[in-house]
Amino acid sequence: MSDPVVAKRSGRGRRIAMFVLAFVLVALAWEGYKAVGPKAGGEIFGMRILASTNDRAMPHIWDMLARYSDPEIRGGTETIFVVVLRAAWYSFRCSLAAFAIGSLLGIGLAVLMARFRTFERAVMPYLVISQTVPIIVLAPLIFSLMAYQSRDLAGETWLAAVLLGIFLAFFPVAMGTLRGLRDTPAAPLELMDSYAAGWWKTLWKLRFPNAVPYLAPALRLAGAAAVVGVTVSEISLGVRFGVGRLILSYGQEATSDPPKLYTAVFGAAALGLVMAAVVLGIDRLLMRNRPPEAL
Amino acid sequence: METPMTSPSQPAVVVTGLNKIFNHGQPNQVDALVDIDLEVQPGEFISLIGPSGCGKSTLLRLVADLLEPTSGAVTINGKSAHQARVDQDYGMAFQQSGLFEWRSVERNIELPLELKGWDKAKRRERAKEMLELVKLPEFAQHMPWQLSGGMQQRVAIARALASHPKLLLMDEPFGALDEMTREHMQAELLRICAAAGTTVIFVTHSIPEAVYLADRVVVMSPRPGRITEIVNVGLGRGRTELTREAGEFFARVTEVREALRGIEMADAARGIEDR
Ligand SMILES: Nc1ncnc2c1ncn2[C@@H]1O[C@H](COP(=O)(O)OP(=O)(O)OP(=O)(O)O)[C@@H](O)[C@H]1O
Ligand SMILES: [Mg+2]
Repeated sequence: MSDPVVAKRSGRGRRIAMFVLAFVLVALAWEGYKAVGPKAGGEIFGMRILASTNDRAMPHIWDMLARYSDPEIRGGTETIFVVVLRAAWYSFRCSLAAFAIGSLLGIGLAVLMARFRTFERAVMPYLVISQTVPIIVLAPLIFSLMAYQSRDLAGETWLAAVLLGIFLAFFPVAMGTLRGLRDTPAAPLELMDSYAAGWWKTLWKLRFPNAVPYLAPALRLAGAAAVVGVTVSEISLGVRFGVGRLILSYGQEATSDPPKLYTAVFGAAALGLVMAAVVLGIDRLLMRNRPPEAL
Repeated sequence: METPMTSPSQPAVVVTGLNKIFNHGQPNQVDALVDIDLEVQPGEFISLIGPSGCGKSTLLRLVADLLEPTSGAVTINGKSAHQARVDQDYGMAFQQSGLFEWRSVERNIELPLELKGWDKAKRRERAKEMLELVKLPEFAQHMPWQLSGGMQQRVAIARALASHPKLLLMDEPFGALDEMTREHMQAELLRICAAAGTTVIFVTHSIPEAVYLADRVVVMSPRPGRITEIVNVGLGRGRTELTREAGEFFARVTEVREALRGIEMADAARGIEDR
């Protein structure tokens, strides 16, 4: 307990254990409910909220997992596992691009807003309103705009997905960074003043490092937002290679092949997890050398 | 009084007819400083003391050109205060060390040099030299939060001295330290400044501290903020721990205390630590 390194290591071990345990618990809850719940669904206070537990609505977990090794189409050579993995990898790259570009855009906007009050006043209301537009509506809109601009672009549906990811990811980063830039204490600002350092020098040496602890949680939100933006627009646009598309088409097969849908859903979940890991890595990198209580 | 190394050249700091009014013409107007005149010789150590709100920090900020005077002028080594700031002619240290928590000790000290455009090798060398000076050479790579408050304050002083400024402006730099560390730091500061011939303006709430450090103690009174008395300390250079027990030292402490008592404000004593 006294040695922080040991404490850290055992903390990590426990976290991994908890993570696995959570999976096991969810699986147990699923199978447990399936064992005791009503086969045809049930009502509570007259509302149909109890899910039916027949194999079509709630397949066994082992059936879902078993499907991974089956060929994706009857008589095909590629297993579902390979197909899902490839789709998730494709969506992951789109999400990563959306996350990276969105974050940079958010930081850029925050810097401009911190520098120019008029810019903030002009832009802020639109930024806030922009986040209230449902992306389900937005995806086809962006897509039709692209198609209007050029026939070639219309084929690049992934571009629309990335744009939507950016659209969701930039916002938390812009807000978090702006707050961090603004919350710089007066004393160090005065110190920079005493060195006659200009605004941009002060930004680089003081305001920006000061904003980093605000940036880290914002990036976590942005990572999740990028994944949601990309996969949801894949679903609504039917991007050819993404995991969102896979969910869509496996969902259509769900009446005849219920477990198959879940293979794609797990793929999407894995995509989210990998993204979270990437963001956590960035977070660690940014927060290294910071006082421990700031972590 | 043993005169500090006064060269025939111009004084280090000249303050003439300085006035500072905050929120002029508004109901919350504050006459922070009224008709301040002060001349500081090169190498001289000045302590500023007075009740809370008498404008000590404001005076320091005006000298540092961090505030615009309402009227009057500040000259530093013959330059305007603004020019002196642009040229980084002075170093500053505050009550909070104000170290950048994301920079190592070494890189904190290098900050002013970076802004002056020094190259890396030269900065490293100077930082090393400064760390020797404040007796923290083995802490170059540490992060500020890994140091004690007194050590952080020493790093802040090293940073303030890094570019070898002729003038050092300090606002209660030892206010947050315990008594032992504080006395130790006072002795260190005298040693460092004597070695470099630095002129110092030092704000404090402690009468013994003011007397121990200074060639002259400037006593101020509030509402409106003005200089009421200047006490010549005359304890000479080369002060040691024995100085604190000398009869002459106590005589000066009493003199400053009486000057402060003379300030006929109901709240005159507020904020003055008599230790
Ligand atoms: N930025 C400001 N705006 C308005 N009034 C101010 C400002 N800064 C200082 N004042 C006022 O000027 C007066 C002098 O303040 P100053 O901070 O210089 O006092 P001080 O002598 O340093 O006090 P302390 O010993 O408590 O640090 C105070 O009445 C304060 O309220
Ligand atoms: Mg003050």
